[in-house]
Amino acid sequence: MITKKITRLNNKTRESLNKTLNELYNTQNMLKTFPKGGVHPPENKLSADKRIETLEIPKQVTIPLHQNLGAPSKVLVKKKDKVKVGQIIAEAGGFVSSNIHASVSGTVLKIDEITDTTGYKKMAVVINVEGDEWEESIDRSEAIVSEIKLTPEEIVKKTAEMGIVGLGGATFPTQVKLSIPKGQSCEFLIINGVECEPYLTSDHRLMLEHGKELIIGTQILMKALNVNKAYIGIENNKPDAIEYLTELVSNTNNTIEIVALKVQYPQGGEKQLIKAITGREVPSGGLPIHVGVVVQNVGTTYAVYEAVQKNKPLFERIVTVTGKSLSSTGNYKVRIGTSVDLLIEKAGGLPSDSGKVINGGPMMGKALKITDVPVTKGTSGILILKNDEAKRERIMPCIKCSKCISVCPQGLEPYFLMNLADKKMWEDAEKQHNMDCIECGSCSYICPSARPLLDYIRYGKQNVGALIRSRMKR
Amino acid sequence: MNIILLSIIVLGVVGLLAGVILYFIAEKFKVYEDPKIDEVEEALPAANCGGCGYPGCRNFAESCVKADDLGTLFCPVGGNETMKKVAEILGKTVEDKDPLIAVVKCNGNPNVRKKTTSYDGAATCAMETALYGGHTDCQYGCLGHGDCVDACSFDAIKMNAQTGLPEVNQDTCTGCNACVDACPKNIIELRPKGKKDRRIFVSCINQDRGGTAKKACEAACIGCKACVNVCKFDAIVVENFLAYIDPNKCKLCRACVTVCPTNAIWEVNFPPRKIKTDEPKKTQPKKNALENQTKKEEEAPIDLKNIIKNDNKKDNEIK
Amino acid sequence: MDNKLIVSQSPHLHAKDNVRKIMLAVIIALLPSLVLSFYFYGIGALVVTLFAVFFAVFFEWIFVKVFLKKEPTIWDGSAALTGLLLAFNVPSNLPVWIIIIGAFVAIGVGKMSFGGLGQNPFNPALVGRVFLLISFPVQMTSWPLAGSSRFVNWHFFPHDPQALVDGFTGATSLGVMKEGLKNGDAMAGIMDKIPTHMQMFYGQMGGSLGEISALLLILGGIFLLYRKIITWHIPGSIILTTVVFSGILWLINPQSYADPLFHLLTGGLMLGAIYMATDYSSSPMSNTGKIIFGIGIALLTIIIRNWGAYPEGVSFAILIMNAFVPLIDRQFKPKLFGKVEKSKQS
Repeated sequence: MITKKITRLNNKTRESLNKTLNELYNTQNMLKTFPKGGVHPPENKLSADKRIETLEIPKQVTIPLHQNLGAPSKVLVKKKDKVKVGQIIAEAGGFVSSNIHASVSGTVLKIDEITDTTGYKKMAVVINVEGDEWEESIDRSEAIVSEIKLTPEEIVKKTAEMGIVGLGGATFPTQVKLSIPKGQSCEFLIINGVECEPYLTSDHRLMLEHGKELIIGTQILMKALNVNKAYIGIENNKPDAIEYLTELVSNTNNTIEIVALKVQYPQGGEKQLIKAITGREVPSGGLPIHVGVVVQNVGTTYAVYEAVQKNKPLFERIVTVTGKSLSSTGNYKVRIGTSVDLLIEKAGGLPSDSGKVINGGPMMGKALKITDVPVTKGTSGILILKNDEAKRERIMPCIKCSKCISVCPQGLEPYFLMNLADKKMWEDAEKQHNMDCIECGSCSYICPSARPLLDYIRYGKQNVGALIRSRMKR
Repeated sequence: MNIILLSIIVLGVVGLLAGVILYFIAEKFKVYEDPKIDEVEEALPAANCGGCGYPGCRNFAESCVKADDLGTLFCPVGGNETMKKVAEILGKTVEDKDPLIAVVKCNGNPNVRKKTTSYDGAATCAMETALYGGHTDCQYGCLGHGDCVDACSFDAIKMNAQTGLPEVNQDTCTGCNACVDACPKNIIELRPKGKKDRRIFVSCINQDRGGTAKKACEAACIGCKACVNVCKFDAIVVENFLAYIDPNKCKLCRACVTVCPTNAIWEVNFPPRKIKTDEPKKTQPKKNALENQTKKEEEAPIDLKNIIKNDNKKDNEIK
Repeated sequence: MDNKLIVSQSPHLHAKDNVRKIMLAVIIALLPSLVLSFYFYGIGALVVTLFAVFFAVFFEWIFVKVFLKKEPTIWDGSAALTGLLLAFNVPSNLPVWIIIIGAFVAIGVGKMSFGGLGQNPFNPALVGRVFLLISFPVQMTSWPLAGSSRFVNWHFFPHDPQALVDGFTGATSLGVMKEGLKNGDAMAGIMDKIPTHMQMFYGQMGGSLGEISALLLILGGIFLLYRKIITWHIPGSIILTTVVFSGILWLINPQSYADPLFHLLTGGLMLGAIYMATDYSSSPMSNTGKIIFGIGIALLTIIIRNWGAYPEGVSFAILIMNAFVPLIDRQFKPKLFGKVEKSKQS
């Protein structure tokens, strides 16, 4: 009798223990993340519940001819040519390069140098808009095509043809990523839905509103890479997206798995994401494929779906327009080449106390010199910071608090690299693995002395890179 | 007494032994070096600036001793005199070379080249260049953080606080090329010092079309070719909307300086020019500009050009 | 547009922490102990603290103003913290002029001569403390007793007849132990003469100003850990190594070696482990390095306490290990992401 009671009591305690353990597991601490470093800046996802709106077509678009990592594209149209939406206007100018398509229909006004975001002059095609006439080959219906007809080779060819590049911000041509070099094999596909940058919400909205297409896009990529397992990594601050996508993948025989990740910057970095999900470490100086993984952004996956199933080239993308001082934030579907000015106008105009306009997120985005620049394939968001938010603090001497070391996800010593760059000791900087820096900016973010660590490390990277190149030439 | 004697003997023997051992070791590991290298090094300025293309003065001295012909070797710091001394030591001959001096080819002071953004980062030109075109609309112009000043080992280049541009001190500049390498915008050029230190050069490297250039900076070369037309010696070429004066062809006639509509061509170390009262109408605005300039000179030197002129005037007076 | 857009490299955000906030947080963490020492040592503690802090800041200002001719740096709070830590490391009956010398050595020799904030290889407060300990051994080792010395005015009337009464000063627990062992007393007998472990934990014992209460020091340490100003590596490794090393000795011979808890609670160990050894610029950068650093401090402390000439060894141990920091930094780099995999591959 007594023993029975004790066992019952035991069972009860065990149950409750299990329950609390489960609860613990579900809280942030037990979620997967990368093991070393990282920071957690305020998320400020102001536009997370704003539906994606289609921005009206502007009167004129400026399409830069260099919208990808690698070689610029070669222009195919002439002045006064008539173009249609989706017509190819520039072809890839090398292996690591991509096609560029007209995002509007109309007449080519000029092919000329324009000032781009960096303040340097770049070649661009300027098109005057006349109507909205699309190429006939593009399937404009809303219907979701789930059957994948193309062979893997055809899929890769299609992504190249349609000018797909990585839409997470790095704009690496997708077909290059999908063509696996000989001797390597791919085991996993990871879809990057982390969106660890504060403020940005375009990927989040895309997952919520185009989840079905996203899953098909993932399946297309899996077919192209010939892998049986795909993970979609999503940070835990987007529970609605995790829930929705988990529901969607329930009938895929566990080939696609949704992985909820602890909120930690820079989880969206390829190497960190791979480490978080698979536990594999991309070797220093290596690529994800060296550990059998290919990572694609959700935006890219959606673009692949549209390209393969709908025959639609990459000529529009989703851009988050956000900032604490803006009267309305939002997520917009924007034609490539639309002026950033127009987007800001849509959000209620540039407030007078604006200090910075950033192309991308606050951690890795580029500050714009002028706002009259076109949206390109790499523009994931336009962020407006107030004057006081934007100004850097006064630089103090390094107090050797070692915070930069503890937040560096790559295991570097940022303070040391900064000193080496300051003294122009490039050989030593190379030995200290300067080139391994992923430029996430965690060190500069955390530094209590507000030292521009990443500025110097970037400077070091340029010079060490030049050193390595000159050595290779010899 | 005994102890003292003993210790003297012991120490003496030890010292002698060590000396003998050292002598043999030194003989064994002796490296033969041409004594001339030391002599040549003695003659060199010992600045170790690297302007000659060698890591230091000793390396340069070694190459001088080894070389059959001193024609390709030149010490920019010591100049012709030093090279003559080196040649004397080595029993070789050298030809005189024109001494070079660094000139800053940007005159965009804040009055003519407005800031359009404010740069908020590490204050070095190299880093600002890597980030974007610079805080003005001119993507070619001087950024004014003074990378060149840091690079100079002779204290010959200084930032002018008023213009925000570097200034070269022609007495201390040795033409060692350090600032030329340091400038990420490639603004600084080494040019011959010229007869009586007089030089004429285009103080701009803006390759934009005239309109764009003028909009970004009022003192930019707009590629109007006025100077090309007026030059009698074919010394000026305009390429990519930018004039360049070939120092070897230039005869220092100063015709181009007066016709330049943006004052982008500079003359250095010339005596002040008489202002003609009866100039043709065509150059009327130009004359006004000149008058203004001379007025400025008298009042307060605002831009670099005038300051240099003033300085040089003083120099000339002293001489 | 009137106000120009700011352009700079990413990141465009910055964490809220800055040097001043960090220094302030450390000072806040020290406040409870300070209040307790006011309670036990009374007016003496107050005078010592005020003078140490004021003169540390004053000397920093003088050095920056007169010798370096730079903008004053006193507002970053580091000088005030150094002064406070110096005060924590001296007895509350220390004459005022000695404190001023200590502040001068701490700031002038320990900090500014190396280039100021972030450049000092040794903990400046400890440099000041050890200088005083060697120069003025008598004044630095006559400890007022907690509680009974509350209203004795040591500083301005040093010949106050009351002060000379033996009842107001005494040796620290460690001093009693050392003296006792020297005389050949048994450990059990010595333990009877000194406060109990619990008293030491709460803080009722003679000693330097800040050493009194392990409890409050630990509380402050937890606050610093929570604010992520210090990491667990240095205090953790010091405390663990102390327990292990002194525990081994104690197990071997409990008659001549004190128990680990005693070592933890007496003297400046807690203060040293949590506040002095974790000083940013004089501690290693990588986590492995920090652990090595902590282990070294603990070993040296126990060695000095048991076999050295001085009864207390934390400050010497920290200063000695400070000297090894550049070496440790050179040797123990943080683990590079992706490094292991590469060596496996090739």
